[in-house]
Amino acid sequence: MRFGMRLSRLRRTVRLGVKSLWLHRLRSLLTALGIVFGVCSVIAMLAIGEGASFEAQEQIKNLGSQNIILRSIKPPEQQKVSDRGSQSFALQYGLGYADLRRIRETIPGVTLVLPARVMREYVWNISRRIDTEIVGTVSWYPEMRNHHVAEGRFFTEAEMESRANVCVIGREMIPGLFPLESPLGRHVRVGSDYYQVIGVMEPRGEPIAPEGGSQARKPSQNRMYIPLETAKTRYGELLVKRRSGSIEAERVQLHELTIQVASLERVRPVSEAIQALLEQSHKKKDYEVVVPLELLKRAERTKQIFSIVLGSIAAISLLVGGIGIMNIMLASVTERTREIGIRRALGARRRDIILQFLTETVMLSGAGGILGVLGGVLIPFLVSRFAGMKTIIVFWSPVLAFTISALVGVIFGLYPAMRAARMDPVEALRHE
Amino acid sequence: MPPSAPILKLDEVRKTYRMGPVTVEALRGLSLEVEAGEYVSIMGPSGCGKSTLLNLLGCLDRPSSGRYLLGGEDISNLEDDALSLVRSQRLGFIFQSYNLIQQLTVVENIEVPLYYQGVSEEESRAKAERIASMVGLEHRLEHKPFELSGGQQQRVAIARALVNDPLLILADEPTGNLDSSSGEEILRMFDRLHAEGRTLVLVTHDPGVSQRGGRTIRLRDGRVESDLRHPKSGSTPGGSP
Ligand SMILES: Nc1ncnc2c1ncn2[C@@H]1O[C@H](COP(=O)(O)OP(=O)(O)OP(=O)(O)O)[C@@H](O)[C@H]1O
Ligand SMILES: [Mg+2]
Repeated sequence: MRFGMRLSRLRRTVRLGVKSLWLHRLRSLLTALGIVFGVCSVIAMLAIGEGASFEAQEQIKNLGSQNIILRSIKPPEQQKVSDRGSQSFALQYGLGYADLRRIRETIPGVTLVLPARVMREYVWNISRRIDTEIVGTVSWYPEMRNHHVAEGRFFTEAEMESRANVCVIGREMIPGLFPLESPLGRHVRVGSDYYQVIGVMEPRGEPIAPEGGSQARKPSQNRMYIPLETAKTRYGELLVKRRSGSIEAERVQLHELTIQVASLERVRPVSEAIQALLEQSHKKKDYEVVVPLELLKRAERTKQIFSIVLGSIAAISLLVGGIGIMNIMLASVTERTREIGIRRALGARRRDIILQFLTETVMLSGAGGILGVLGGVLIPFLVSRFAGMKTIIVFWSPVLAFTISALVGVIFGLYPAMRAARMDPVEALRHE
Repeated sequence: MPPSAPILKLDEVRKTYRMGPVTVEALRGLSLEVEAGEYVSIMGPSGCGKSTLLNLLGCLDRPSSGRYLLGGEDISNLEDDALSLVRSQRLGFIFQSYNLIQQLTVVENIEVPLYYQGVSEEESRAKAERIASMVGLEHRLEHKPFELSGGQQQRVAIARALVNDPLLILADEPTGNLDSSSGEEILRMFDRLHAEGRTLVLVTHDPGVSQRGGRTIRLRDGRVESDLRHPKSGSTPGGSP
């Protein structure tokens, strides 16, 4: 009963507020815009940021969070020597089978090791060709790198040992090589060798480039996988690159080593042990160590910082919106001094006046909040649709933004409302 | 309450305004009693304290000293909220400049005192409509104040002052802004209220207006100069017994 009374009173107060706001439609709209933009930008930016960091984290997770990836890189000093143009100097660097053996034998916690050689060659299908990174690797690659076969199958251990001429191509190679027919069962040519296509890999994002490393090689998007043993016999360890007249030869045993660790907790100690071991056995830093788990942690920290920055922007924009609302409400209180006097004379208590003005401010900011939420949901949608960026609207972000906007109404509406309520009724009635 | 008990009683009431170092004594020890059913006119030169007195009677202000009893209850020291309650339940105000709320319709304006009393929506609407037809505004219920003539607006104000069935109706120069014919209309309405037994206190500069009530109080410099009871003149449709 009492509750029903209160509810009906609140309904009437709200109706009254709507009337007063409607009397100055344009002014109300402009005032609410401050909140609209604040809320809108918060939700949109959060969604875009969340989408971007989600993609980054997906890529890192694709590398496998239990993995440690070692890559051979050309040491910088050596690069200078070869650039000076020593014609037939075979540069030897990088990770070798000895490293592989040592890691597997001396470091506890390592469960699987995945070696890979990478060669840059043209891959042909009759007259079509594309520039490809040919990866010689082992049969457990898909499982360990969390990168799976979309069609057909990956090569088997038996095929590895028999050095079969089979290959699995990346999905991204299909348009360039097999625009019309299915590639499965067909042959591609690399140099003078033919490989039968037995599978197609799922597409995957660009590999994470560890900072400071591998500035020399930009990895090609196209990747083709062949058995490691096949790669060894076909290409040996000497890679010859012809570059504008001069010939460069490089001798690299392994380009990439993926090491799987037994559990997440052991990733850090194992990676430290590996680094110590490699530092001992390599005179130069001709390798790099990528720890996806560490990258993931760093990405999370970046995201945190991003959130803090965003939060500050949001706070500032809502503050500005709130000040705008307060400004207008103060003007409105002055303008309606007479009305306040009349209401007080007719029996309004101070708190009735406070409630009336506070209701108006909260409605202003609340309406701004709702419009802002609508805009904030729409913008990420448009961004994904037309800019192709991934966006994620976390469920709490519209809720939070709206709540804050309503709170802004209460906080910034309180002072004008109190000022209205503190007026002396006689003075207010005399006001012109 | 015995019939002879005064509906309002002022006892040595003073009101001092302090403006920096200067103090203005608007009321200087004013005593006054009004019985139920009286129609009192207050007159006096400008600045003698008529409006100040009416604001005190209307509980819009508190006396600096002295006592004010309304319906036997001392209200000179009530809290702000309690005064609001007194205003909404026992008093009706009519102002010179009508003082209607511009964004509300006629019927909504009439309902305002009931809203602050917490009367339910249906009940207050019904009551407001009844009172509106009493002052001849039943066809103007949904109009806004600016769509009405001065006389009509003052009738809305009268309806608003009556809607809470007040103990005392206070009017500060209610005909001051009106031409003579609409003024006459309003005064006839007051006569009718008086005939119905309501208690009225009104401030006026017009001796013709003051003749219509049964009692005229003249103020000078914040004190009662004269307090005359006289036979009523003017057209009282119902007539008084
Ligand atoms: N808020 C105030 N502050 C200071 N002085 C005031 C205030 N209100 C009234 N006064 C003074 O009190 C005195 C009485 O004022 P009041 O308004 O009651 O006169 P009045 O009789 O109603 O005059 P009028 O016939 O012109 O309306 C005047 O001298 C006035 O200047
Ligand atoms: Mg006056």
